[in-house]
Order: sequence, then C-alpha cells, then structure tokens
Amino acid sequence: MYETHYHRASSVEDAAALFAKGSDAKFLAGGQTLLPVMKQRLAAPTDVVDLAKIPAMIGVEVSGDTVTIKAATTHYDVATNTALQKTLPALAHLAGMIGDPAVRYRGTIGGSLANNDPAADYPAAVLALNATVKTNKRSISAEDFFKGLFTTALEDGEIITAVSFPVPAKAGYAKFRHPASRFALTGVFVAKSKSGDVRVAATGASQNGVMRVPSIEQALKANWSASALDGIKVSADGLMSDIHGAADYRANLIKVMAQRAVTEAG
Amino acid sequence: MSTIKLTVNGRAVSADVEDRTLLVHLLRDHLNLTGTHVGCDTSQCGACVVHVDGRAVKSCTMLVGEANGANVTTIEGISKGEELHPMQAAFRDNHGLQCGYCTPGMIMSAIDIVNRHGGNLDEDTVRHELEGNICRCTGYHNIVKSVLDAAGRMKVSAAAE
Repeated sequence: MYETHYHRASSVEDAAALFAKGSDAKFLAGGQTLLPVMKQRLAAPTDVVDLAKIPAMIGVEVSGDTVTIKAATTHYDVATNTALQKTLPALAHLAGMIGDPAVRYRGTIGGSLANNDPAADYPAAVLALNATVKTNKRSISAEDFFKGLFTTALEDGEIITAVSFPVPAKAGYAKFRHPASRFALTGVFVAKSKSGDVRVAATGASQNGVMRVPSIEQALKANWSASALDGIKVSADGLMSDIHGAADYRANLIKVMAQRAVTEAG
Repeated sequence: MSTIKLTVNGRAVSADVEDRTLLVHLLRDHLNLTGTHVGCDTSQCGACVVHVDGRAVKSCTMLVGEANGANVTTIEGISKGEELHPMQAAFRDNHGLQCGYCTPGMIMSAIDIVNRHGGNLDEDTVRHELEGNICRCTGYHNIVKSVLDAAGRMKVSAAAE
C-alpha cells in the first residue's frame, strides 16, 4: 500500500471538511473493499477519512412503515437487529449472507452502496424495495442512485448518511454463491409493496450492475408464487458472460433465484 | 506518522507508525506478536483474524488508525498461562491442524463462532461460519470436529466460572 494519511471523522460535517482538505481523499466506511484495493495499489488516496465511528451514522431505526439504516451500520449489526428481523426479515437475512463473518463485522451498508460492486448484495435490496439513499446533501431515489458498474449518483465528497426502506408486504432474497469467492454469481431480491406493486432486482447478472427484471415483476404481480415464473424466460441480452458463467446461464439463474426468493418471502 | 495507542492482550501499548500500517503489521513487526499470520494478503484467507473490541476481524484489512484506542486480543492472549484455552486444547486433542499456518486465525474465528452461537452448534453451522478461513492443507474435517468439541468445553468452563 502506498503511504496515505488517516483521519477519523467525529461527525458528518467533520468528515466532509477533512475530505475537502485532502488532494485525493477517499472515505473509509469499513474498508472491506477499499483496503484490499489499496493493498493491491489499485487505489492510492492521499487521505482516507474514516466514517465508521461517527455516532450519528450508526444504528437501525424502525418507525411505522419505514426502516432506516444509518450508513455506517455494519452488516453484522443489521443482520442481528431484532426489530429489523421482525419488520423486514429479508433485509436482515441479506446482510447475514454478505461475505464472511469477519467481513460482516467491519463492512457497512453505506460503503457497499457507494462502491456499487456489480455482485454486491445490498444494491438488489435498495432497488427492489424502492429505498431512498440519504446523503449529507440530498435524498436520492434508488432508481436514480445506481449508474452502472462501480458508479453511482454520488458527487465527489458526498457522504451517504442513511438508507430508508419502505416496509413491504412481502420480501425475499436468494443468491447463488460463487463456490470459491462466495460473491453472488446472481442474487435476486423480490418485494411486494403494501399497495401491491411488485419490484424485482437482480445483482451479479447485468454488465451494468444491479437491474430490475420487468418480466418477472409482471408475472409476480399477477400471481405471487414461485410457480408463476415457471414459463418465464429471462433475456440474456446485456448479461455478463465470464469464466464463472455464460449470459444464458445467468439469465436462468435470475429466474431460479427469483423463485427461491418468492418461496422465502411466503 | 501517527502515535497509535491500544490495548493488546490486556497490556497498554503505544507505537509510532506510518498511517498505511495494517493492524497485522503493527502486531507482528512492532509488537513481535508473530502468532497472527498473513496468509494471502488479499483479505480472503483469515489467517490474520484477531479480536478487536470482542469481534473477530481480519487484521490485514484494518488500518492501525481504525484500531486506535481498541482492545485487541491475539492468539497469544487467550491461554491462562500454561493452561490452553478450551479451543486450543480441542484443536490439539482432535488434531485440528496439519501445517498449522491457518490455525491462529481458525482458533480466533472459532472462539467468536462459539461466543455467538453458544452450545447450539452443529456441523453445518460451523462449516458455514468458517467460510472466511481457508486451510490450504484442506484439513477441515478435524477443524470442524475441534470447534464442535470446544463448544462443549467452553460451555462447561463458562458454567464453572
């Protein structure tokens, strides 16, 4: 790793000020992606501004029909939050499936979303649940937040402070793990809102990162059951094709994972 | 350079190190606690797992600044003098190691697994929870056996205390 300067921010404002002072600063929000990338010298920020200990950025709040997860909350703390397990169990379940236990103790929801890895789990939940990403400057709808591989609507120096999720009537997540890396080869989050709207998002599949799957959404809207998807054929257009799986294999995985997710959602 | 102060195995320590220093290098190179290993350098193998404020994390994926002020426990800090920690004893009794390189990380992760699950451990859970620890000798069978054995012993020793 190249030399860098570490700063522990005490508040969101402090973090923004520290970031502005660095010539090529980066936010550190758990570091389970950034630090490996820095170790490989693929990133060499002059300054890293640690967000993980800002008190206002940690915690899960459930109030009425909204769940708010503050951005520096670790995957472990999301997975084991008892209020969340009752209100939106699919999201707690998803957090408990990220990486491995040591990664879940350090990695955070804000870090995962800001990085927008095409195989990350959280983007699928954020898009399918139609969540809102809150930053120190504005609120961004899930639809506007994800802009392609490792790309988001975040501006330079903008900090995700929290994510708010409308509580759905039903939701489920299933992923097919790569057998070695345990990343989602393809993961699908299905959600039925309290007004009956159905949204389905797939991660690990598209060349452009997380994506919605309209054909599956329509089928589930008409009939919320795994068997409703039996006749669906997801198009392989624009899906990733690599050593781990061809595009048509991933297209089929989207359908199968969606069926498993619906079964899980009940 | 920054001055890092933390508690390691119950002892207050302080070191002046570059900000890019990883926790594992502070432990190994500055404090000479070489029981914690670096296996892969890519944050995948878990040989470097230590407990930071009671949570089992990869010390190769944490800057010293992030650990500043923390309470760290390494493999050197878990026995009571000559008396092995129940997890260490179970690894010895069940031959839970071959070359031994991954063992410190395995043991630190395994203690965390038992702390979280208590006595309600089964083989599937242990295998799933050890996802972040790689044994290149592929000796998982006896490692899993050791963790299950230790879960029982830790329950007994916790009850005795």
